[in-house]
Amino acid sequence: MLDLLLSKYNYWLYVILMMIGLYAMLAKRNLVKKLIGMNIFQTAVILFYVSISVKTGHVDVPILPYHHHGHEQAAINVAHYLNPLPHVLMLTAIVVSIATAGVALAVLILIYRKYGTLQEDEILKINKEVGA
Amino acid sequence: MVHQFPALIIAVPLIAALSTPLIGWKSSNRCYYWAVLTLALVTFFAIGLLRSVILHGPISYHQGGWAPPWGIEYYVDYLSAFILPIIAIVSLLVIIYSKHSINKELAGRQMPSYTLMLLMITGLMGIVVTGDLFNVFVFLEIASLSCYGLIASGQGDAPLATFRYIIMGTIGASCYLLGVGYLYMVTGSLNLADVSHLIPPLYHSRVVLSAGVLMLVGISLKMALFPLHSWLPNSYAYAPSSASALIAPLFTKVAAYLMIRVMFSLFQPDFFVKIIPATTVITWLAVTAMMIGSFYAIAQNNLKKMLSYSIVAQIGYIALGIGLANKAGLTGALLHILNEAFTKGCVFLVVGAIIYQTGDCTIDHFKNLFRRMPFTMGAFTIGVFSMIGVPPTCGFFSKLNLLMGCIVDHHWVFVAALLISTILNVIYFFRVIKVASFEKPEADYNRKIPYDQIRMQEVPLSMRIPIILMAAGILLAGIFSGTITNTILIHIIPAGF
Repeated sequence: MLDLLLSKYNYWLYVILMMIGLYAMLAKRNLVKKLIGMNIFQTAVILFYVSISVKTGHVDVPILPYHHHGHEQAAINVAHYLNPLPHVLMLTAIVVSIATAGVALAVLILIYRKYGTLQEDEILKINKEVGA
Repeated sequence: MVHQFPALIIAVPLIAALSTPLIGWKSSNRCYYWAVLTLALVTFFAIGLLRSVILHGPISYHQGGWAPPWGIEYYVDYLSAFILPIIAIVSLLVIIYSKHSINKELAGRQMPSYTLMLLMITGLMGIVVTGDLFNVFVFLEIASLSCYGLIASGQGDAPLATFRYIIMGTIGASCYLLGVGYLYMVTGSLNLADVSHLIPPLYHSRVVLSAGVLMLVGISLKMALFPLHSWLPNSYAYAPSSASALIAPLFTKVAAYLMIRVMFSLFQPDFFVKIIPATTVITWLAVTAMMIGSFYAIAQNNLKKMLSYSIVAQIGYIALGIGLANKAGLTGALLHILNEAFTKGCVFLVVGAIIYQTGDCTIDHFKNLFRRMPFTMGAFTIGVFSMIGVPPTCGFFSKLNLLMGCIVDHHWVFVAALLISTILNVIYFFRVIKVASFEKPEADYNRKIPYDQIRMQEVPLSMRIPIILMAAGILLAGIFSGTITNTILIHIIPAGF
């Protein structure tokens, strides 16, 4: 059991992070906390992607020359470099998550101007009073 | 020339969207003509692609000359070529319509509105055209982010509804992204066609099973399939009218396209039918969506909100067709995507016209509307008939195919559910028609003119023509549904159905 936990610790970590994010989105009453939960959720997915490309041993990034038995050579063998593709994909995903956070923050400003609060229960109460 | 269209259909609206602020620098009126021009071009590309695919078969475009599976491939097959003109034509009509509506509801904000609209269309086009799984995620987020912006510019509770939509939509996109990551772990590829060749031997691997489920859940969230629909009604109801007329007919349907893509192109149909019984779950959720959506729609007194709940119900029809996973069912689902795009486009445009003329869309205030706006309400009636399924509108043929699909597989509960939800449709839509055409307005003792002299107060021509064209589209799609089925849809149905 401990072996299973340790050998795949990166997956456990991303699942735990993801659940923290999901909990914050579902259970927190404050909208900013929900937004932070959303960011943690996205970051968990990003970390998952980055962690799947990791290799242990004599590995390098493919843009750097690879030191093997004293003489330099470019890393051409797949086993000698980290897979760069997930990192590149995640650059795009980070941009997406920042853009989402930006839009969400702008919307939060709109909400705050309208209701004067960012607590969801208070907003719902105000809405109910207006509706009644 | 046609082989460049898959790239142009995305590049043109993207560049147009980014240059809209420059065009609208001096006078924001120019943005409208700029957007119409762009979408006219996009429609030309979409119809050109459809024609080329029918004549010569699928088109593969290699982005930057890099061959797949390493490079990004744009792949237009029959399914994409069927969806592209729907998006293009509906958005062209909505943009033509939007001039007066946006000037009134979003005065001073015309430029950002058109920028966001064009960006959203870029995203939707991209989802349909691309053959790369990660690219789908990026385009999905481009479309979603501009959609959030458009909805947040609305009245009333729009900001709160948008915030909920952002949270739900991001969970959906992240689930999809995680599913793609799982597939990448086991196949090392992101190209849709390549992955679909590589995974069949791995179908029983837990990674692939969870990838399939995560992708389906993510797409269901974007598609607002019951019980993940809770973000939809408020955000569509509070959005500005032309924005909701653009988002409502297109966004959820493109998500439905993505679901068909994942279930029947990325995976073999057997995967979701036999290995994980996802189709059974989807059909039952779909039937529940049809019922719940219709019941909520009956309870609404705001026409826009009623139509938003009706979307939840209609998404149920599409999901039912997908979940049946047989020939008639999938044909019905595809026809229903076409039907829904035009029908929801038509009725949301009508709602926008009513708001433009009277200032609100509470159903009780609709008295005498048929006399005041005969063309608009005539188009609304055609839309309603299509949603109920009266021949010769397209809704009849899609529902007929769905019914056939249920009967072929002996799903009698679904047959009953389809018929009952049709009756519910009749109940909530005929209430609108009844109030608008038969009920007498309350006596107004300050009147200056006799009662039978109610003047026609139609909306401007640039709003009326798109409404009428959209209604004509519903009828044409119905009349030519046989031709559409035989020339395009028959090639989409995967082998073995």
